[in-house]
Amino acid sequence: MPRDTPPGALPEPFAGWFARRGWTPHPHQLALLDTSAASTLLIAPTGGGKTLAGFLPSLAALARDPAPGLHTIYVSPLKALAADIRRNLATPIAEMSLPIRVEDRTGDTPSHARRRQRADPPHLLLTTPESLALMLFYADAPRIFSNISSVIVDEIHAIYESKRGDQLALALARLQTLSPGLVRTGLSATVDDPAAIATFLGPGTRVLEADPGPEPDIAILETEEPPPWAGQGGRYAARAVLDLVAAHTTTLIFINTRAQAELFFQALWAVNDAALPIGLHHGSLSREARQRVEAAMAEGALRAVVATGSLDLGIDWGAVDLVIQIGAPKNVKRLVQRIGRANHRYNAPSKAILVPSNRFELIECRAALDAVRARDLDGEPRVAAPLDVLCQHILLTACGGPFDADALYTEVTTAGPYATLPRPDFDACLDFAATGGYALRAYDRWQRLVLRDGRWQLRDPRRARLIRMNAGTIVEVETLKVRLRGGQSVLGEIEEEFAATLTPGDSFLIGGEAVRYERLREATLEVSRAATKDAKIAVFYGTKLATSTKLSHRVAGILADPSRWSDLPDHIRDWLDLQDRMSGLPRPDRLLAETFPRGPRHHLCLYGFAGRNAHQTLGLLVTRRMEAAGLAPLGFVSNDYALLIWGLEPVHDPAVLLAPERLREGLDLWLAENAVMKRTFRTAAVVAGLIEKTFPGLRKTGRQATFSSDILYDTLRRHDPGHLMLRITREEASRGLVDFGRIEEMFARVAGRIDTVHAPHVTPLAAPLLLEVGRVPIRGSGEARLIETEAAALLAEAGLAP
Amino acid sequence: MSEPRLAKPQPLRSSRGMDACAFTWMGTPLVALASGALWWPAARLLAVADLHLGRAERLARRDGGLLPPYDTAATLDRLADAIAERDPAAVVALGDSFDDDACEPALADSDRARLTALIAGRSWTWIAGNHDPGPLSLPGEHRSQLALGALTFRHAPEPAAAPGEVAGHLHPKLRRTLGGHAISRPCFVLDARRLVLPAFGVYTGGLAIDHPALARMFDPATARAILTGRPCRALPLAPSTRAWQRD
Repeated sequence: MPRDTPPGALPEPFAGWFARRGWTPHPHQLALLDTSAASTLLIAPTGGGKTLAGFLPSLAALARDPAPGLHTIYVSPLKALAADIRRNLATPIAEMSLPIRVEDRTGDTPSHARRRQRADPPHLLLTTPESLALMLFYADAPRIFSNISSVIVDEIHAIYESKRGDQLALALARLQTLSPGLVRTGLSATVDDPAAIATFLGPGTRVLEADPGPEPDIAILETEEPPPWAGQGGRYAARAVLDLVAAHTTTLIFINTRAQAELFFQALWAVNDAALPIGLHHGSLSREARQRVEAAMAEGALRAVVATGSLDLGIDWGAVDLVIQIGAPKNVKRLVQRIGRANHRYNAPSKAILVPSNRFELIECRAALDAVRARDLDGEPRVAAPLDVLCQHILLTACGGPFDADALYTEVTTAGPYATLPRPDFDACLDFAATGGYALRAYDRWQRLVLRDGRWQLRDPRRARLIRMNAGTIVEVETLKVRLRGGQSVLGEIEEEFAATLTPGDSFLIGGEAVRYERLREATLEVSRAATKDAKIAVFYGTKLATSTKLSHRVAGILADPSRWSDLPDHIRDWLDLQDRMSGLPRPDRLLAETFPRGPRHHLCLYGFAGRNAHQTLGLLVTRRMEAAGLAPLGFVSNDYALLIWGLEPVHDPAVLLAPERLREGLDLWLAENAVMKRTFRTAAVVAGLIEKTFPGLRKTGRQATFSSDILYDTLRRHDPGHLMLRITREEASRGLVDFGRIEEMFARVAGRIDTVHAPHVTPLAAPLLLEVGRVPIRGSGEARLIETEAAALLAEAGLAP
Repeated sequence: MSEPRLAKPQPLRSSRGMDACAFTWMGTPLVALASGALWWPAARLLAVADLHLGRAERLARRDGGLLPPYDTAATLDRLADAIAERDPAAVVALGDSFDDDACEPALADSDRARLTALIAGRSWTWIAGNHDPGPLSLPGEHRSQLALGALTFRHAPEPAAAPGEVAGHLHPKLRRTLGGHAISRPCFVLDARRLVLPAFGVYTGGLAIDHPALARMFDPATARAILTGRPCRALPLAPSTRAWQRD
């Protein structure tokens, strides 16, 4: 490639453009211009121009030679980010009059635009992992993708964390086959394990770490009135937050759920006497409403925006000088990302303030602040080479046309996560895709893929449409619509798991108002307006945010060590003292077991401090013992520091249930039949293409009755226990259920020192568990007794008292 | 003739420990079994609805889905258990016994042999369903409906039917939250005039009992659901207000 500029300098017209803006190129921007490395991971702080760094080599090459055809593919985890990048690229392209065409292609792109893009691709295509996977397997993909120079993966850590990463890795392997000269670039500001992400991006990836910039300026908000004992909304702090907004140019206010964002937005306006322009941005708002707020923000017309995760990543607002996080951040990486939204200028510290919404969260905010200062980012372990994603990839490959199994296997092993994939595993996935992979070879006539002339292809090419519709690795949580009884308009949606905890007459908040649950009708929850403002349940799981393992460990560390309480405010020490008086404080070498009644249920809380996974396993073990002892357990939920079990009978002596020698009996069967396994199976079965996305959710319109994936799980366990889907389920579940060793370790540490406290009501430390997501129901004698009670009530109402 | 009255269903545990719920309906003592089958002791008659045999095979044939192909064997296991439990003299399959007309000819030899053995020595009636209207080559009588005593067995309930209709077709299912604990199970639904059985086949889904297609068939004031599974109990169609008062 001829060079017209000395190495290490910007070529024209970019050098002039930078100079006119008064910019000096960052070293990492220049380093990326050297495209001799086949793969580069750039870690640079927000405001460090890393996105421009990623695009500069492509812009420079296209400025020299704007030949038609697709040159660069940019992959982003968010549709909104792809659209934002398109707007941001428009400025340099227009100001330098570059003959470069940029378009985005996401799930929002209309079909006529997609068709045109395939006939006449832009130079730069901005897309998501899902859309890329679909585009790569159209019949004309080899023509469109045969001469790509560069692929840029933005916010690569966010993609890497989930199965979307495995899907993208397989897509990149395919892309590299079509365009062998392809250069890969990964971009991120928050990477906890650079080496792992480098391996994921591709073999021989060089890692460029830019100067991380100054420490952020973070503090926890101190208010005259302490945070409430419980509650999630942070509304007590509305006045103080408004004062902060007034004292800064532009403030971004992050809050964890959409419902809370709405409530806090209202609370802010209630005290907004000066009528400061403040907007609201979350994923449930219409696209038009979001775009209006984004445009007003970009023009500097707003003093603050209350937002959820919809503004977490990358989107660039120049003038933000303060970020406020309402509620516990749950995850250190997300907090760092949010803090990075403030002060998009390199070498200026980001300013952020954390607002705990209750006293427990104050401890979590403290732990998060410590973690940010220590640059101790959290990453959750990922499954190596998930086979369900590979099954989907094989089916998508067949949608693109006939393929050779050996060639596909070779290509798959060039994808980072699948580099060491054994051939028998690949063959098992191919067999699953082709025949269902059953021990009973029932479908020979109806195989999905057939081998003709040595190449695998779809038996019925019309099947391609269904396979494409089900592509993707994100399996949505089940939600129910909420509608006013007798009305037509939908107030919003709540998660099925939350809906299941409601009894008619319960009130809860949605869309900023209190409503009373009347009845469930099909997939719709019918409600009426509640006369009272005091909803019994002031929060719903509008989010699946669970506190990260690392952050929970830090919280546990603070709780277990009173010497560290000196930096906590007085009211938190009062709160911990209250816990100590009511019950006790967890000690590292002892196990605190609390029992308390709440409503019609008896609760048992075990502070194992052994991590969420170990507690989940312990939950299965202990409920099994409770079932055998006639204590009628109904369910449990766990987080990293404790396990909460509820049932119909009080537990008088937890130590008996925890005797380690008998816990293991019958464990395997109990584990296999549990709701945890069934949930895992459902997700894997959807991703692998065993069932369709809309299939297991009973989301039927009209009369078409579908059946639950639990039935398939039970049938396979009974008739085909060696089936690939069960193997995938076990591997996935082993992430969430640790082996017995961790439990034994905990018992060894505790050595029978169990402190049992029978409290009169929920204790301060147990309260957060009542709001934890991921409840596991137990279908045993407790459930049977509930049915007997309901049946007896029927007889009583009919005048036949039992 | 006075309007028929609905006697109160009573829990019953048989000597074999199987869960069941006994009730008198149309003057006829009947038993709802935990398996989802209906037992008429006086006639020694067992009724099952919506077996949907061959369902996975049909889905593979029709749209390429490859569900675990064990549903026919699993449904026959269930049917064999129900027959072993009561040793009926007569069996009535209430229609949609096969998922479509091509399923019966496509039965695996082993499944056909098991089914034939179950039929042998009993009076067996195949009621025609919307999925399987055509004749079958299996032994047994093939009819559109069957009247016996005060009861009339047919596949799909008819809105204007005379009292005593026993039907399937609707796959009723009860979803209920019992003091914060959610359950969802197939169920029988009955009022003074009509009794609808749950689907007996393994690969069958359910229709919530408050779905208009189901709810309009029943008198909301007197209708009851009887849950399958354990315990097999009668519940009102709407949740009770007394049982879950918060204490």
